[in-house]
Amino acid sequence: MAQSINDTQEELIAEFDLFEDWADKYEYLIDLGKKLPAMSEEWKTEENVIKGCQSRVWLHAEREGELVHFLADSEAVIVKGLISMLIRVLSGHTASEILAADLYFIDRIGMSQHLAQTRSNGLLAMVKQMKNYALAFSAQQ
Amino acid sequence: MGSLMDISKIRADFPVLDQQVNGSPLIYFDNAATTQKPKTVIDALSHYYQFDNANIHRGLHTLAERATTAYELTRTKVRDFLHAPSSDQIIFTSGTTAGINLVAQTFGRSTFKAGDKILISNLEHHSNIVPWQMIAQETGAIIEVIPVDETGVLDLAAFEKQLDSRVKLVAVNHVSNAIGTINPIAKIISLAHAKGAKVLIDGAQSVAHIEIDVQALDMDFFVFSAHKLFGPTGVGILYGKRELLDAMPPYQGGGEMIKEVSFSGTTYNELPYKFEAGTPNIADVIAFGAAIDYVKSYGTGELMKQEQALLAYATDKLASIPGLRIVGTAPDKIAVISYVVEGIHPQDLGVLLDKFGVAIRTGHHCAQPLMQRYGLVGTCRVSFAFYNTTEEIDRFMVALERSIRMLG
Ligand SMILES: Cc1ncc(COP(=O)(O)O)c(C=O)c1O
Repeated sequence: MAQSINDTQEELIAEFDLFEDWADKYEYLIDLGKKLPAMSEEWKTEENVIKGCQSRVWLHAEREGELVHFLADSEAVIVKGLISMLIRVLSGHTASEILAADLYFIDRIGMSQHLAQTRSNGLLAMVKQMKNYALAFSAQQ
Repeated sequence: MGSLMDISKIRADFPVLDQQVNGSPLIYFDNAATTQKPKTVIDALSHYYQFDNANIHRGLHTLAERATTAYELTRTKVRDFLHAPSSDQIIFTSGTTAGINLVAQTFGRSTFKAGDKILISNLEHHSNIVPWQMIAQETGAIIEVIPVDETGVLDLAAFEKQLDSRVKLVAVNHVSNAIGTINPIAKIISLAHAKGAKVLIDGAQSVAHIEIDVQALDMDFFVFSAHKLFGPTGVGILYGKRELLDAMPPYQGGGEMIKEVSFSGTTYNELPYKFEAGTPNIADVIAFGAAIDYVKSYGTGELMKQEQALLAYATDKLASIPGLRIVGTAPDKIAVISYVVEGIHPQDLGVLLDKFGVAIRTGHHCAQPLMQRYGLVGTCRVSFAFYNTTEEIDRFMVALERSIRMLG
């Protein structure tokens, strides 16, 4: 049994708590971005591009039984870091868990500025798209 | 910097500059997007609402009189600023975009026929592309693009070949917002006129830096936005030659733009009101007058001198960063530097610089065809105003080098 969405959020909050200044947090975020496994080119389709981002962001979802798995990539490494956290929190959960998730960790680790519409780095759009996938999968059930 | 300007006094005129952003003193290097406003402009805006607010041109009462006088005074100031022959050729719009659309929808619609050509350049902002595409689609006119070379200079030889009797309009910017090139508009205008074509100059990026004389340049149309000239948002200017403006049909219908209305027919007001339907942006127009006064107190040339020194200083510093390439190296540039860093997405640099309190612009700068020309997804762009300093550039360089290390 995988750990709950909120357990992972708490884990991330604890990790970011280790850093005192924003630069260290961003270095960690950039590191997460660099470590995000490359997405295979076959998923980098026009269809999988999330609109409204300054850099291109691709998101793909697959179902394995009840569970939803996400794959994502971006041209920008900070965006990749943000995606990698979203994947860590949401991937491997059921559609209904994903739909119900309250992603409070973003604010708690000091990244809420990336949720602003004007940032156009698509964190908001990414979360929405992940939930859309979950919604589509749950409708199929 | 060898200038007579007292920079600390100037900075004190711009209250917004004096603040901390993300724990560091704000460094505002996004002046090509919009300039900051001097206190006199902010005061004029609040003075108007506190003491003079009234609708203009219609009322007989004292406040209406005061508001109308102040509003029309800005028109005269703009006339003088552009060296235009008369103030009724100065039309208030909401911005550059609105001015271009006005010309496209009136001059364009009444003049263009199927097969006519509209020449625009590869350097244009989307607002000097899309309005022409829209009217071209409606009228059957054809758009041709004046090419730009690797350094960001327009290919005038190609332009001369493109100019033939089918060209009805040439629409180019005076200065490129994305890479800073100053285009040889005097040459472009005289070449176009020799072939009987009219010219629209998008002055959004030039008015704050280059002295404009619409008569000396024999301009047909000149458009710009007040917010890039230290004035408020929501105000723009369209200057046009009288015979062109007179011949153009009205744009939008409504109040202000009419002489008489009846159900059997309506007669239109004369210039400039023919193109100013509805209650205009009175407060911002009045405050724009204060911006022009402010700029005139120094003189555009003086501001440009200060900025050119910053441009040279920053270009030098940036060139020393390994892997950094400046996009747009035309010999004549305003203080705009677009650059890319090998292996780093512009957006990442923009995010980190903001954390250091530095405001720059990243992305395609509303000039996607130019980005496509250079095979780029976007660039980082710094753009200076005369209130910026070499100390700010030094601090920006430290932040930039640190950001590159973090991302590298
Ligand atoms: C060259 C150029 N043209 C047009 C515009 C559009 O101006 P506005 O958005 O004020 O209408 C801009 C603004 O960025 C510009 O730089």
